[in-house]
Amino acid sequence: MNYSNLFRIATRALVRNRLRAFLTMLGIIIGVASVIAMLAIGEGSKQRMRKEMSSMGTNMIMVMPNFQRRGGVSLGASSSMALKYSDVVALRNDATALAAVSPEVRANGQVIYSNQNTQTTIYGVSEEYLNIRKLVIKSGRIFNANEVKSMAKVCILGQTVVENLFGEGADPVGLSIRIKNLPFQIIGTLEDKGESGMGQDQDDLILAPYTTVQRRLAAIDYINGIYASAASEEKSPTAMAEVEETLRTTHKLKESAENDFRVMSQSELIATVSSITDIMTILLGAIAGISLLVGGIGIMNIMFVSVTERTREIGLRMSVGGRGKDILKQFLVESMLLSILGGAFGVIFGYLIAELAGSLMSINAVITTQSVVLAFAVCFAIGVFFGWYPARKASNLNPIDALRYE
Amino acid sequence: MKLANRQNLIIRVMNNTIIEISNLRKDYHIGEVTVHALRGVDLKIHTGEFVAIMGMSGSGKSTMLNIIGCLDKPTHGDYFLDGVDVNTMDKDETARLRNKKLGFVFQAYNLLARTTALENVELPLFYNDKIRSKERKERALYALEAVGLADRMGHMPNQLSGGQQQRVAIARSLVNDPVLILADEPTGNLDTRTSFEIMDLFQDLNEKGRTIVYVTHETDIAKFATRNVIFRDGKIQRENVVTDRLSAKEVLRTLPVEDIEEFDKKN
Repeated sequence: MNYSNLFRIATRALVRNRLRAFLTMLGIIIGVASVIAMLAIGEGSKQRMRKEMSSMGTNMIMVMPNFQRRGGVSLGASSSMALKYSDVVALRNDATALAAVSPEVRANGQVIYSNQNTQTTIYGVSEEYLNIRKLVIKSGRIFNANEVKSMAKVCILGQTVVENLFGEGADPVGLSIRIKNLPFQIIGTLEDKGESGMGQDQDDLILAPYTTVQRRLAAIDYINGIYASAASEEKSPTAMAEVEETLRTTHKLKESAENDFRVMSQSELIATVSSITDIMTILLGAIAGISLLVGGIGIMNIMFVSVTERTREIGLRMSVGGRGKDILKQFLVESMLLSILGGAFGVIFGYLIAELAGSLMSINAVITTQSVVLAFAVCFAIGVFFGWYPARKASNLNPIDALRYE
Repeated sequence: MKLANRQNLIIRVMNNTIIEISNLRKDYHIGEVTVHALRGVDLKIHTGEFVAIMGMSGSGKSTMLNIIGCLDKPTHGDYFLDGVDVNTMDKDETARLRNKKLGFVFQAYNLLARTTALENVELPLFYNDKIRSKERKERALYALEAVGLADRMGHMPNQLSGGQQQRVAIARSLVNDPVLILADEPTGNLDTRTSFEIMDLFQDLNEKGRTIVYVTHETDIAKFATRNVIFRDGKIQRENVVTDRLSAKEVLRTLPVEDIEEFDKKN
């Protein structure tokens, strides 16, 4: 049989069985689309998390108090006071692999300007903090050593706070706000930083000298944490060891005693987050695999049923002179057309779903070639095989048996 | 007058044998039981004949027709169709043979649903590589004209009456210009008047030289043929030339729509 005839017979048969063809295609569309969308979202969130994490600086080192337990009793309150400003001084003097060190004191409170108010976190820090955290001044300036020493009531606002109090795009430098009922002068604002990899708003903050926050707002004599940066990413492990050694000395810990602090590096954090996103990708991949399987079984069923249902048609075609291979070719072309069309629509729908879901979850869905090829290939293979197999069975029958098939 | 001419024609072509079957057997194995559907049949059919194969259900008449039509293979025996030994052919060759030399009409019409009359008639020509789409359309239209349905070429089967559907099926059996038309209970699903109309069409085609073999279990339908072959228990019980042959045209003329029952009583 020549190919134009074959193609004409197959397309006519498809048009004749519009609904059935559509249903078969639907199985393929759903199978392909779900796999592509799933993998695109997984890949997108992974890439985004990686990017966010590294934008925070890869050579940052954090020191936190260790919430110790002794004999099952939490010593939370006292051990959370483990870090003092003297530790910061010691690190500045003794840890040579560190480039900069800043204390961090946190206070939560209400911030008021005129009739606007908002709830935010006030970070008490030193001047080095901005470099360590990769924060950039947008307008105004950073506080100076004098203001730190004198516990000056000056502050720098993150963009979310600016928006909440003054409206978008406003430059409030020079104005005065009340933090926990104390008047503070705004000396600067920070550049927008967006959400963190964990979905946290990194612009909802106020920076102030640590002395001011410690004494005037939190009324404590310890600090909540220490942020430092290693001289380079390679020196990060050395720096961490130095930090540990120095702090054990200043805390006068015995050989056998556990650390009452924790040292973490950003690169460690990135590794942890990466392994989490890897697990997530595997998980999404598994779900995608299952939907591919389900889609495949769907395609298989409807192909099998619709071809088996047409056994009598096959009998008729054979009785008017169709050879087994003519019939087989027709069904092969039919199922290939269905699979290609369905696959193409599936790719388009998968793309749309990924884009939509991506914009809802505010991530960039990344469609990888592998996911498209995988989804398409699997659905195509299943579609063609289960279009071919029952047709082969039917075309091997005696024409009369196919004609009489119930 | 016409019928007398016809008899002469048949005598003239008698020696042109189109089907020659000898000692044909067909066994079916259903589980462990073997059913002998045909137990040694000898049959000759000549060009221009109009043969009715009769018999009760289970007599082997349909099996015979299927084997004549190369839709089924005999277990034993010889079968020559138009001088070709069918038993030595493989499946592809018999398909080719059906495509070139045979036309089928089924009791249940077997038209493709949601497909126009014209496309249904075209179907056999799709399996013939030598025929281009223009010729295919022309021949299909010509065949539809021959059965008087040219004006219904765009209709779907479900827009046609049973008689019209069977006419489309007959046009389909004609379109490849076969040496033999085989019909399995062609009037089985039709009312009396429509049955006669179909037989009238067959008689017309036969008059124009077509060889037709059909299966029926109705004696009055068998009377339109030139020869009856009666099967019983897988063998030919008897064969006879129809002496009181009916002309479907005349029967229809004497048959007002209301009087169908009366005709049934008379015959």
